[in-house]
Amino acid sequence: MKNVLRLNSIGAMAVRILFAAAAAFPIVFMLVSSLKPDQQIFGDMSSVAAFLPIGNISLDNYTAVFDRVPAARFLINSVGVSAVTVVLGIFINSLCAFALSRMQVRGKRVVFTAILATLIVPFQTLALPLVWWVNQLPYFELNGFSLEISKGWLDTYQVQIIPFIANAFSIYLYHQYFESIPKELDEAARIDGAGWFKIYRQVVMPLAGPATATVAILTFLPAWNSYLWPLMVVQSEELRPVMIGIQYFFQLNVSWGEVMAYASLITVPVVVLFIAFQRSFINSIASSGVKG
Amino acid sequence: MTTTQLPSRRSAAPATGGTPTTAARRKRPGRLREQLSGWGMIAPAAVLLLAFVFLPAILGFGLAFTNARLISPRPVEFVGVDNFARLFTDPTFWRALLNVSYFAVVVVPVQSGLALAMALLINKKFRGVNFFRTVYFLPVVTSMVVVSLLWLFMYRKDGLINELLSTFSFGLIQGADWLNDPATAMPAIIALSIWQAAGFHMIIWLAGLQSISGELYEAAQLDGASRWHQFRYVTWPGLKHTRSLVLVTITIQALGLFDQVSVMTQGGPLDSTTTIIYEAVRSGFKQQETSYASAISLVFFVLVLLISAVQRYLTREKD
Repeated sequence: MKNVLRLNSIGAMAVRILFAAAAAFPIVFMLVSSLKPDQQIFGDMSSVAAFLPIGNISLDNYTAVFDRVPAARFLINSVGVSAVTVVLGIFINSLCAFALSRMQVRGKRVVFTAILATLIVPFQTLALPLVWWVNQLPYFELNGFSLEISKGWLDTYQVQIIPFIANAFSIYLYHQYFESIPKELDEAARIDGAGWFKIYRQVVMPLAGPATATVAILTFLPAWNSYLWPLMVVQSEELRPVMIGIQYFFQLNVSWGEVMAYASLITVPVVVLFIAFQRSFINSIASSGVKG
Repeated sequence: MTTTQLPSRRSAAPATGGTPTTAARRKRPGRLREQLSGWGMIAPAAVLLLAFVFLPAILGFGLAFTNARLISPRPVEFVGVDNFARLFTDPTFWRALLNVSYFAVVVVPVQSGLALAMALLINKKFRGVNFFRTVYFLPVVTSMVVVSLLWLFMYRKDGLINELLSTFSFGLIQGADWLNDPATAMPAIIALSIWQAAGFHMIIWLAGLQSISGELYEAAQLDGASRWHQFRYVTWPGLKHTRSLVLVTITIQALGLFDQVSVMTQGGPLDSTTTIIYEAVRSGFKQQETSYASAISLVFFVLVLLISAVQRYLTREKD
């Protein structure tokens, strides 16, 4: 009996390692190839050397990427767009959830139901009508002392940010979390004369850390990874996010080492964030499962 | 908010009004302010959702029955069901529907099965469990666009996949030109999609597994249940809700297939990998036919609703 158990656990470990190898090999291959010249990438392919940083190793591909592609600009754009979306998203969605969860507002049931109803609409359904719609929207710009009104949001930063700030799922997550915070706390603060916004900012939000982490991750990942949307609404090179940058490599005579370097460059920051905040990432994904 | 816990306000309120009970409710100090600030807090998110989810959804529905173009000097006109008539007689659309169904029929069982296997492998605590969980999850945090680019490279005729196949089969298997052959392009996209997303559903299964009480397993062990019986009679029934959740999310994701196709094959070769969303983007963005694209989007939405309704109904009835 003991031997059978032992055999079982060895078998299970072997399967685990097999799965781990299957999950990791493309990523290892990408990182390792980004350090090699093309000739060596193809030369190493038939042996285990494909997965080992050995031979002619350098950062040449990375410097070449920055020469060929405005990679720094793309990275700044993506960091900026994601950061603004995350920060504004946390603020606006938590504020909305706070009022829905804790305040006596007439009609809030209807509003909450309507918000949750938007969860059944996948973004792909909205994307194409939304392109047409944002192209009709006016935009106000303060130019010196005159207010300029322009039509159409295509090819701007705001078109990459504003449609994605309010998010029904973030509101839902915050609402769930706020419901678990005892309401006696804000009543005590009310008696001390605190206003609603002060209760939100100083009582409820400081206790909602885990919800904020989840919302931040679930807003950040799609913002960083967005492809379909910027593909359609951004034309200017200086406004493009990182994922659109891969189009620079859709030409002939491309150096695969450079492609792998660019791919690593836009993947490693997310992987580092994931490893640093692993628990929050896993919890976010687990909670995003209830969306379906 | 319950007023019962605020004795001071409760006793103060009747003094200001005439008839105590109604006045206490109506004239409670700050009641109007609470309404106003409440709406003030709800408004930013509500307005944005209205502008960027509700309106486009309604617009999309409306535009599908017009001749709207993305940029056009002509006014938008109502054209009835012309777009749908054109759509349902377009062989590319039917091909896209077939491709997406093929994709979903393979991906849904294989991906959810592999994800469940991975979850079971790392469900119990053992040394190194964190390492395995991290590695299994790595593909999920890699964007689908990067994954597609990476696999585009690996699927070359002289690429890593063929080299690995040839090495492990001792030269017996000569790999295909995966993405340029209509017969292998979709299976190739299926494989990388499962590779990327299995870790996501592993986490959802894991959450389900961990919600099953350990006492049930102890009881089963006392009754002498084998590992398989424990899985069959404790784990499987305990995953009832997770199961329908995983099935619905994978199916909807499968129907929305786009990134991989856009990066790797552009729908080719010979339309063998085109999808509903890819066709919508091709007509709505590249050819600027917003109305036709809206019609495709509407059909997609109806499909998503139908499938999640059917799936929910089936998974509920069975158990």
